[in-house]
Amino acid sequence: MAGRIGLENQKQKHEGSERRQFLTRLSIILGSLGAALAAIPSVGFLLGLRKTPQIWRTVGKVDDFGIGSTANVAFQDSSPLPWSGVTAQTAAWLRRTSDQQFIAFSMNCTHLGCPVRWLPDANLFMCPCHGGVFYADGQVASGPPPKPLNQYPVRVQNGEVQILTSPVPIT
Amino acid sequence: MRILKRVWRWFDDITGISALLGPLFSHPVPHARKSAWLYVLGSATLTAFLIQIVTGIALASGYVPSSGQAYDSLMFITGTPFGRIVRAIHAFGADAMIVLIGLHTIRVYLMAAYKYPRQMNWLTGVGLLLFTLLMAFTGQLLRWDQTGFWSVVIAAEQAGRTPVIGNWLGHFILAGDTVQGATLSRFFAAHVFFIPALIFLFVGFHLYLVIHNGISEPPKAGRPVDPKTYRSWYHLLLAHEGEPFWPNAAWRDVVFAFLVILTVIALALIVGPPELGRPPDPTIIQASPRPEWYFLWYYALLSVIPRWSEDWVIILGPALFGATLILLPLVAGKGERSPIRRPWSFAVVAFTVFMISYFGYIGHVAPWSPRMEAAVLPVQVIGVTEGPIVEGARVFHDKGCEYCHMISGYGGVRGPDLTFAGDTMTPAQMTTRIYSGATNMPSYNGNLTTDQLSVLLAFLSSRHRQPVLPLPVVQQQGSGK
Repeated sequence: MAGRIGLENQKQKHEGSERRQFLTRLSIILGSLGAALAAIPSVGFLLGLRKTPQIWRTVGKVDDFGIGSTANVAFQDSSPLPWSGVTAQTAAWLRRTSDQQFIAFSMNCTHLGCPVRWLPDANLFMCPCHGGVFYADGQVASGPPPKPLNQYPVRVQNGEVQILTSPVPIT
Repeated sequence: MRILKRVWRWFDDITGISALLGPLFSHPVPHARKSAWLYVLGSATLTAFLIQIVTGIALASGYVPSSGQAYDSLMFITGTPFGRIVRAIHAFGADAMIVLIGLHTIRVYLMAAYKYPRQMNWLTGVGLLLFTLLMAFTGQLLRWDQTGFWSVVIAAEQAGRTPVIGNWLGHFILAGDTVQGATLSRFFAAHVFFIPALIFLFVGFHLYLVIHNGISEPPKAGRPVDPKTYRSWYHLLLAHEGEPFWPNAAWRDVVFAFLVILTVIALALIVGPPELGRPPDPTIIQASPRPEWYFLWYYALLSVIPRWSEDWVIILGPALFGATLILLPLVAGKGERSPIRRPWSFAVVAFTVFMISYFGYIGHVAPWSPRMEAAVLPVQVIGVTEGPIVEGARVFHDKGCEYCHMISGYGGVRGPDLTFAGDTMTPAQMTTRIYSGATNMPSYNGNLTTDQLSVLLAFLSSRHRQPVLPLPVVQQQGSGK
């Protein structure tokens, strides 16, 4: 008798534990699924980077720039968000190399991205952060920068100099 | 009073709050004796964090997390009398939190309190250390002045050094192709919601572990931790000489926390909030971004390491540092705790503190940064008022030489001091150096006319320990005409 009851009990326990196991799994799976359903769109929004088109921005007339000179120009991003304020601007160093040819250098030092400054009398770009120096043609003159200054595509259209808006160069 | 007591009894009856919190307050802690005051650093860090929550909420209620308006909204906050103070408290509170979590880490490391069974206490603490640094970085960035703007760019460029995903990671930090409208909102969300949520989570776990494992007893030489017997030994210790946490030990935490609050507020009132730089306008080229004091050492480190190692240091440096902190309790989880039996632990702390202070100082001086604001040398330094030497001094300035080379206390310190260049170099040697350049000096080949070179050499050669032309008063009067 006693043995039978014991057996019955064990059987019940066994059934109980199977049921518990199933319910545990069900809860864990449903919980994870629910969390994922809620999280995926949020993470997706966070990871989804806004792609902006590249467009040509006029930065001045060809004759505004002397041949052989380097000047600071500013242009607006291709489609800035209305609340971007001044950060919608991008600055570049524009060098007129000949009658119709220009080079547009990114302001960002290729070392860690600080804004390089043009020293007109010295014909050099100098970075205030770690002292990187570039020649007028953007080649590294000295200091830590690993690469020449990055360039923006630039063209002359109807007597106007235009720069193609581009992503910040990550070196 | 009687009514209050009745209300409390009723509240406690239906909530059971004293049954829940009572044991937490009265849980026994070991007698810390002489080192009792060293045990207040953790609660002090938490106090600093609480200051940050209170002032942070106040600031967030006036701050506009928009790339175009954040700067103006901070100007507005700073313009109100209390806003100014709150900003100052938030800034000094951040400093306090960093200093205190650093001291707390050092204390725990020296006393080897990370050994069994408190490995997870240490690991959650490492998480909190990381989050605190992230809060510091994102916080100074929310100032959204020129330095804040360039901090984002520099962070993106550093992340860009990561192999394979670097480019994506860099643009992820920028929240797009360039710094623009979406950028600041993201850092705001990280600083105000995401990282604080993690801090709450980790602080909760950290405190739970402190209660669960009991606070570590002060170490004693010759009493190593043996995981097999430690817990029973610790319980015996508590039974013999434990004292209730509240108030026997907690009063020190309260006193020290009060001093922390007092110090932060006093500094805030005396010094005021960190100054806002120029607006975050990338077209303003006169920008010299500098990190806050707690990252200056890293800024300096990146300037002095050999160039080939840079990619490795930027990515592997922090990764190795983190891995060391994580592995420490897993590798050294038992054995001697006393710093006297672990003399190298003093060396590790001394080395770390020295490196952070030394490189922090170097980063403050930033000898590698050209002094681009340097003006033409004054006449007293040049020594004469006309002629090739004066013209040479002008060339020395205009060609940027002065930004890196100091003469009689004027100019930069990136290159050698040229105050006595005439004593140490011949004109021929100077010419070679000027034309060929060096690792950290551009070549001026093709960048100087013959005339410019000759006056520059005349100027440099006139730099002597004993001035060749003595400077009589007569000459200076002459210059005054």
